Amino acid sequence: MTIDQILFFILAAVAVATALGMVFSKNAVYSALFLVLNFATIAVFYLLLGAPFIAISQVTVYAGAIMVLFLFVIMLLGAESLPPGKVLRHQWIYASGLALILVGEAVYILLGRNAATGMIDRPDAFLNTVDSLREIGMALFTDYLLPFEATSILLLVAMVGAIVLTKQEKGGQK
Amino acid sequence: MVPTNFYITLSAILFATGAMGVLVRRNPLIIFMSVELMLNAANLAFVAFASQHGSLDGQIFVFFVMTVAAAEVAVGLALIVQIFKSKHSINVDEVNSLKG
Repeated sequence: MTIDQILFFILAAVAVATALGMVFSKNAVYSALFLVLNFATIAVFYLLLGAPFIAISQVTVYAGAIMVLFLFVIMLLGAESLPPGKVLRHQWIYASGLALILVGEAVYILLGRNAATGMIDRPDAFLNTVDSLREIGMALFTDYLLPFEATSILLLVAMVGAIVLTKQEKGGQK
Repeated sequence: MVPTNFYITLSAILFATGAMGVLVRRNPLIIFMSVELMLNAANLAFVAFASQHGSLDGQIFVFFVMTVAAAEVAVGLALIVQIFKSKHSINVDEVNSLKG
């Protein structure tokens, strides 16, 4: 086992543990913090895969912006822990079974039928140069210019939508 | 040297964990977080394949997925806040009518 694989397994253990911690925490704030840690480990995976731009975007957009928004809303609503309502009995057992079936299917299809046989080498020195970022910028603003512009419209619509949804109507209670 | 299969398996496990979170929890905020986890698992598979094939297209697609996730969270959290204001509860079992 090489040092790369040892590193992979340590990070994978952290990623899976934090994901399970996120799902099973009673307190929603703990869930959000577990998810931040999960996003950070995935950002390290992106670095190992030779995608520094995506790794930094992951930290700023996901672990930064999105999770701060989540924490704001959790604390705004006081929704750290909901009072227990009526739930299906043994719901988590059924859900775990279904999730295990999903893993089995995914592993069978992705690894059993037509497995990816490639190996991922550790990123080379090229990624430490500005040229790797320049390549992404060139791809984003030439081949993918139309999707990029569509994204800007999508973000504008989301912004307007969020403002309209939370706007108080004058005088009346909404 | 790490086989691509390891990354794909990890991605599948994280995706299934997110799916289990959507099924188990009754707090819509945590359901949203689980959806984010599933999106991240898919992103990890994208970047793993992009790295294996030495191509940038997978990374560009992950960038777009992140943007869509940000938009989704902004609108979804605004909806949750409004539902809480009108019903004083955000338990998904109790949110069963479209009319406020």
